[in-house]
Amino acid sequence: MIETISQPWPWYVAGALIGLIVPALLLLGNKHFGISSNLRHICAACFPSNIPFFKYDWKKESWNLFFVGGILIGGFLSAQYLGSNEPVVVHPDLAKELATYGIDDYSGLVPVQLFSFDNLFTAKGIIMMIGGGFLVGFGTRYAGGCTSGHAIMGLSNLQWPSLVATICFMVGGFVMANFILPYILSL
Amino acid sequence: MENKNLVHSDPMDYEVRSLDTMCINESELKHPWWYNFKYLAVGLIFGIVFVKAEIISWFRIQEMFRLQSFHMYGVIGTAVVVGAISVFLIKQLKIKTIHGEDITFSDKKFNKGQIYGGLMFGFGWAITGACPGPLFAQLGTGVLSISVVILSAIAGTWTYGYLRDKLPH
Repeated sequence: MIETISQPWPWYVAGALIGLIVPALLLLGNKHFGISSNLRHICAACFPSNIPFFKYDWKKESWNLFFVGGILIGGFLSAQYLGSNEPVVVHPDLAKELATYGIDDYSGLVPVQLFSFDNLFTAKGIIMMIGGGFLVGFGTRYAGGCTSGHAIMGLSNLQWPSLVATICFMVGGFVMANFILPYILSL
Repeated sequence: MENKNLVHSDPMDYEVRSLDTMCINESELKHPWWYNFKYLAVGLIFGIVFVKAEIISWFRIQEMFRLQSFHMYGVIGTAVVVGAISVFLIKQLKIKTIHGEDITFSDKKFNKGQIYGGLMFGFGWAITGACPGPLFAQLGTGVLSISVVILSAIAGTWTYGYLRDKLPH
């Protein structure tokens, strides 16, 4: 049992469990699955700065912050108790490409050679950690949701604007990963 | 249900909150704050799935955008199918919450932000290898430097709020 759990889980198990979060939140309290709104709630709670977009009663959305707190604890528990400690297996073509940028450490799900405090003051680190994070925060709110709010909740509720958003997420990702990121990784 | 129209104590507050469709749903019931721990429990399971299915892996996201692996497509596709069936059943059978309240859905309105913002988020997703949920799970697994990415994402959201009126929607 533990042996099975400590292996990486297949996509159909993970997909089904994530899909079930949609009815779980609805049944527990009529809540819509979404995560990026938390970034807005944090702004509203900590730095509203008299900006109309952040002047609302964020406490009514505090469930969302508990939800994301659970994600954080879940990450901690699985790393501590359910891990396999084996290197991440990646597609040989990707490994070959990453090797040309000097990335060959597969010990963690997050490549330590890219995301670390040591890299924070290099050009690559600033673009990837600060620039990448900024795009995630700005883009999700501009789009009105992220993978959970649009791609999963929105599509589950058959919302065509969510389909537009999801397609744009994928197009943006394709362009970045294939045409722009190689230059950033070469820095 | 007769009492379907929710009475909102503060119309301004409701208007601002409505800018996120997910914030429209309000409960008329007053629960003690610790009732929110049920959402923490759901998040906890979600976080474990994120890590165990390697959804928070930067490498998996790179494979997805290079069409080198079916994994992420399988995860998102299955999640949408299961979610859609669940929403369909809840609507058809008029299922209520465990506290007996109606479950409500609101339509998302189209605006250009879904295109411009969507593309921007796509760029960020491919760079960081994470959407907002996985960022918090990555931090949980002990990669403390991800806190910088999260802080930057909060700064990005704040900047959007600051510039909102000047951006095309």
